[in-house]
Amino acid sequence: MNDKPEAAKVDPKQIHPVGEWKYTSPLLSCRFDPSGQHAFCTAQDNTIQRWNIANGQATPLAGHDSWVRALAFHPSGSHLISGGYDGNLLWWEVSAEKPEPLRTVAAHDGWVRAVAASADGKLLASCGNDQLVKLWNPDDGTPVDVLEGHANHVYNVAFHPDGKRLVSGDLKGEVREWDLATGEQLRTLDASALWKYDKGFRADIGGVRGIAFSADASLLACGGISEVTNAFAGIGYPKVVTFDYEAGTLKKTHTASKKLRGAVWNVRYLADGTLVAGDGGHEGGHFLFWNAHDEKEFFDFKMPRTCYDFDLHPDGVRLVSTHDDNMLRLWSMAPKA
Amino acid sequence: MKCHYACRSAEHLMERRKFLGTVAGIAGAGMAGAGTVGMPGVVQAAMPELAAKQKHILIVWLAGGLSQLESWDPKPKTDTGGPFRAIPTSVPGTHISELLPYTAKQMHHLSIVRSIDTKENDHGKGAYCMKTGRRQEPVADYPHLGAVGAKLLSPVDSPLPGHIHVQAGGSGGSRDDSAFLGPRYASISLGGGPPRNTALPEHVTPEADARRHAFRMQANDHFARRRRSAQSDAFVSSFDQARQLMERRDVFDNTKEPQRDVERYGSHEFGQNCLLARRLIEQGISCVQVTHTNYDTHHENFDFHIEQLGEFDQTFATLVADLVDRGLWDSTLLVVMSEFGRTPKINNRFGRDHWGRAWSVALGGCGIQPSAVIGKTNDNGTEVADRQVDHGHLFHTYLQAVGVDSTEKFDAGGRSIPMADPAAEPITELLA
Repeated sequence: MNDKPEAAKVDPKQIHPVGEWKYTSPLLSCRFDPSGQHAFCTAQDNTIQRWNIANGQATPLAGHDSWVRALAFHPSGSHLISGGYDGNLLWWEVSAEKPEPLRTVAAHDGWVRAVAASADGKLLASCGNDQLVKLWNPDDGTPVDVLEGHANHVYNVAFHPDGKRLVSGDLKGEVREWDLATGEQLRTLDASALWKYDKGFRADIGGVRGIAFSADASLLACGGISEVTNAFAGIGYPKVVTFDYEAGTLKKTHTASKKLRGAVWNVRYLADGTLVAGDGGHEGGHFLFWNAHDEKEFFDFKMPRTCYDFDLHPDGVRLVSTHDDNMLRLWSMAPKA
Repeated sequence: MKCHYACRSAEHLMERRKFLGTVAGIAGAGMAGAGTVGMPGVVQAAMPELAAKQKHILIVWLAGGLSQLESWDPKPKTDTGGPFRAIPTSVPGTHISELLPYTAKQMHHLSIVRSIDTKENDHGKGAYCMKTGRRQEPVADYPHLGAVGAKLLSPVDSPLPGHIHVQAGGSGGSRDDSAFLGPRYASISLGGGPPRNTALPEHVTPEADARRHAFRMQANDHFARRRRSAQSDAFVSSFDQARQLMERRDVFDNTKEPQRDVERYGSHEFGQNCLLARRLIEQGISCVQVTHTNYDTHHENFDFHIEQLGEFDQTFATLVADLVDRGLWDSTLLVVMSEFGRTPKINNRFGRDHWGRAWSVALGGCGIQPSAVIGKTNDNGTEVADRQVDHGHLFHTYLQAVGVDSTEKFDAGGRSIPMADPAAEPITELLA
């Protein structure tokens, strides 16, 4: 159930399943390794699973003491760095026959929510519930810098493609830009549309759950949940806000045409600038595809079950998604052969 | 209709006092209770002794349904356990969720009941079960634990209300939670300050108020010489009690507490409400409920429990430590409860739903064996595995813990009503 993608032929409206594999526990996050041979996904049994997408073989990576929602690869593709709700960063050899943690670093006080590696392979960034962003040497795990300033749980980090700047987004949709050379905060961007304090339940809901730069770095997309009317029932709607990055201004707010009660869990840009979001909630899982200049999606693809995360394959054609029914699903946006 | 009221019996005098409403809506509440307040023989006999010891009940109500798996009965590394780990506590062998690190250090003062099965998944019905010890019935209404405690534990001549509910938005109004015990024992709802109408209006000077009071007394005396009735006496007493309460309104004023304590409890609403609870207990209020909202986490249960228990934990641990340090622990029953727990199964929105089949409460203080863990659930928390109890058992236990024979009965207008469900009994191994 695996077809050969052709990079030139990407048409989101042609999306179709090309593989699915069942695990024994609900799956959480997923990322393709740089070679594109494996999809790594995390599970509610605290493991990471390495799926060979050619033959469907799964190999466990056991080492965290809690759920894992943060995965990043050294750009060389040699190593995976995972961040867990146990506060630890673990280093793994991507292609090891029987992967064992190579290194464990107590990184954050509380959950690690996201990790990212710089394109030049010189820095690793992590963020978490201790309201901190931390920089690490990805080769040996030594600390490089601590970026303080957020006043809430930090949900996400992303390196600017120029390698000189980093952005981080928190629970209340505050996006901070950091100068990597000095560790100074350069500016903030307002994605507070992705947050609400529910006065009835007296709780905050929101967060920058997905974050991505466009290929030319002119746009920054932040995805999450908005228009929440009942935080504890999850009555809110998926939303992505994009910024004109250099100007620091809001470029577009993207929402779904249908009333999909749920949240955007990740965002990615396709090579042609199409923005993709993975949404999950009451109405199941959806891939939403937007043109950069349109508020509403040009295509809404319903997945069989709610979606917790997705990633774009290095070929730019395939997607992988994780689901509550223990399934890892592989999709192709190339026309069926 | 005139009552035959010349006997001046002690019982009638006592009932007049019990009849009084509290300051907020005093007259209305008091009058409404005239026909319903019970005249219990056994209960009355027990009251002076209990009042002398001035025992208290403090309920911390975690509204919406605290997850037992994220608090008192963690199941890490199981299919239901979620992402949180279990941590050791000050009681060797007892572990609770990592979300409660401060509380973990106070566990040698507390105990846990891990085997509650109320079979009730409805908010209202679950709350009724846990607060009254009974299931809701169409033909009967039962008083909440706080109202029962107020009736049985309060000094009869106290000018202070015996039952206070501290919660967000509490305005000083009275709640309908005392059933046949009457409005005298209904909770007064407070939310960050003294009850409403307890300060003189700005345009009334103390001197003018004294003159007004003297004139009212003169008129009352004149009226009473020929037309005295239970209602007229209650009316007079209501005013007397109101005046006494106005003189003691600082009882409810958190600003009288040291700034250091304000900081120790946390600047958030729950922190300040717990500080007020401590103050109320110290000032002699019999029954206090503090509500923390909200735990009804059908969606993103884990994030929300981080947020809510992040507020709860340090504040609650501070409250326990203070009650111990101030010598109030042995006379104060502290119970942490909700209307139910939450489903072991994690739903597809990372939430947990309503679950009355296998969940927990924590309690300690007056009459409670410290460091105990009563009952247990199975490996992944889906069933009670040992020592199943329900709201009825717990209600008996609460009353027995504060020295009340829970098998006794109230006399409600001639009807004999058991204080606690006769079909249940106390959890004796939990009692000190």
